[in-house]
Amino acid sequence: MGYFRSKNIAIFLVIIGIYFAVDWLLEEGIITKFQQVNLMLLGINVILATSLNLIVGFTGQLALGHAGFMAIGAYVATIFTVKLGQPFALALAVGSLAAALAGVLIGLPTLRLRGDYLAIATLGFGEIIRGLAVNIEYVGGAAGIMGIPRLTTWPWLYAMTVLTVVAIKNFINSTHGRACLAVRENEIAAEAMGINTTYYKVLAFTLGAFFGGLAGGLYAHYFYLIQPSTFSFLRSFDILVMVVLGGMGSLTGSVIAAAAITLVNALLQDLALLRMVIYAALLVAVMIFRPQGLMGNKELTLNILRPRGGADRGIVGD
Amino acid sequence: MRSLRSIFFLAVTLLLLAFVSSCGQAQQSQGSGGQGGEQQGGTIKVGLNLELSGAVATYGTNIKNGILLALEEINAAGGVLGMKLEPVVLDNASKAEEAMSVASKLVEQGVVAILGPATTGATKACIPVAMDNQVPLISPSATALDVTYDPQAKKVRDFIFRTCFTDPPQAIVAAEFAFNELGVKKAAILYDNGNDYSKGLYRVFKEEFTKLGGEIVAEGSFSENDQDFRPLLTRASQAGAELIYVPAYYGQVGKIIAQARELDIQVPMMGADGWDSPELVNLAGGADNLKDTYFTNHYSPADPSEKVRAFVQAYKAKYNAEPDAFAALGYETAYMLADAIKRAGKADPVAIKDALAATKDFEGITGRLSMDANHNPVKEVSIIAIVDGKQTLKAKKMAPEVKVD
Repeated sequence: MGYFRSKNIAIFLVIIGIYFAVDWLLEEGIITKFQQVNLMLLGINVILATSLNLIVGFTGQLALGHAGFMAIGAYVATIFTVKLGQPFALALAVGSLAAALAGVLIGLPTLRLRGDYLAIATLGFGEIIRGLAVNIEYVGGAAGIMGIPRLTTWPWLYAMTVLTVVAIKNFINSTHGRACLAVRENEIAAEAMGINTTYYKVLAFTLGAFFGGLAGGLYAHYFYLIQPSTFSFLRSFDILVMVVLGGMGSLTGSVIAAAAITLVNALLQDLALLRMVIYAALLVAVMIFRPQGLMGNKELTLNILRPRGGADRGIVGD
Repeated sequence: MRSLRSIFFLAVTLLLLAFVSSCGQAQQSQGSGGQGGEQQGGTIKVGLNLELSGAVATYGTNIKNGILLALEEINAAGGVLGMKLEPVVLDNASKAEEAMSVASKLVEQGVVAILGPATTGATKACIPVAMDNQVPLISPSATALDVTYDPQAKKVRDFIFRTCFTDPPQAIVAAEFAFNELGVKKAAILYDNGNDYSKGLYRVFKEEFTKLGGEIVAEGSFSENDQDFRPLLTRASQAGAELIYVPAYYGQVGKIIAQARELDIQVPMMGADGWDSPELVNLAGGADNLKDTYFTNHYSPADPSEKVRAFVQAYKAKYNAEPDAFAALGYETAYMLADAIKRAGKADPVAIKDALAATKDFEGITGRLSMDANHNPVKEVSIIAIVDGKQTLKAKKMAPEVKVD
């Protein structure tokens, strides 16, 4: 019954509205080709950042192998469209599922580890995936696969981005999500309360991997080629930077940070040498003045538009 | 249910993006103030899409230095068609997706041609942008064959060019040099198995050397992080190799040479442009170990020709550094473009593309150059001999045309 509350309807209308507004801007050519590229990158970065935030921010497992999941999604989806001639939707689904499967396989043994040990194990995983891609001739070895059709369009990207954020949001607010939060806050206490910590850690890891793979599939079908070097550990760090910048444990924070980093990158292209200095300085400044990230673990909600003390506030952790 | 609340923020972000977009566009149209691709107010815009930060920043930076030096000289000499060439320099951070974004931005700023990116991967990501918008793209240093040739459609990519030779000519010239000039009949090859560049050179050298009547008596492969090459070297030496061909990067090459000389294997060693680094002398354990070593390269700063001397001098004066092959290729690319614009007679991307494809006997610093049907330059390969730890030009050989299949 709660599904039809006025706020949900308002949000639904806003989502639809945004879609048609951007669609119209694209039709009219007001959004130029350059901005289109960045719009696509923005969507893909939002998916990557929110899915990693589920693992790092909400479940508290420091994982550095997200580029590996992205690579699996990208390669599997590309094999399905380019080599096997399957439709895009199927390719995306299979790519994401393959990444999720890898998430289970890597999660089961490594999630016994904690903190920096887990970080190093997942870092190794990412490099193994890249090493595999380099050595498998079927997927082009070090040269990668070229000439991937551009199937990622605005409707696809927008639908998948919204789907990801909504799915992760709903997961976090579910019983399972609460269990993940409990694991983050104190693993021993959570276990004492009867939460199967390994199960929930692997569950969050798998879900994060699934959406990481989805982002990889979308990436491959927009940027024309995929190469093992695209999915190096540096990309895992890029994604982690978005999560930390936005605030670990804040979905809206991840969305804002992913958007901000994409835009800052695009704007700094003119500056060449100074670019990395400015980029790094921005990150350092944010970390000094807001060590918890832009949003901390708070969410930006529609409540900011209402007088204080109105409807219920806060989402996670209330 | 408050579940969808955060979506609101996604919405706000996208609106913000749209806003930024429209601002950016307003600025851009003010900046260029006219039809894209046409000259404006006496300048012709040339786009540079280069790796100025990130993993291979040195490639992009040296190419940029070379291009800017060339443009300066061209403008000082009166420009092209009475107009100045104006560089628009953007950084692609050594990432494929950013290279594509930069290429789109350059096209919107109305450049007549895009110079760069430096690497094969980044260049491939820009191919659709150049083809769709009909703006020629010249990569100074992307060597993979399928950059300019589409193996699926079996035809050349109209708007994509390169200034460097591809890998096979290097190995062919090396095989001819070894067989004819060094008089070697038995050769051994050591190559890096994890690297397409190395594997490609290995295949072509073997094929060519055998065709000439030579014999490959030993071959061995190693991988990126190997440290001990003595077993491979001993095997090559026992098989009676009179020359060891090592098509790899200077890091491994240095160790291989040092270990070979340590085992008292004094036969000549030969390689390709991956050897080109001032570090090689140190890695190989001193200048003595580099006696009788040769490699093929795009150009030699020691080339006595007048053009190269002038370039090296101007480059040193401006940047206080010795120009490497990337700088030379960047310089060459800018001059090749200027030459094409001159022959096209107008600053129109499609006309420039046709002129570039028709490039014939262009006199550059990396050798005389003509474009073949697949937009691979046919030009001279420099063979460098290392004497007393210094690179000297041994010979320049016309590379054969590359066949694609």
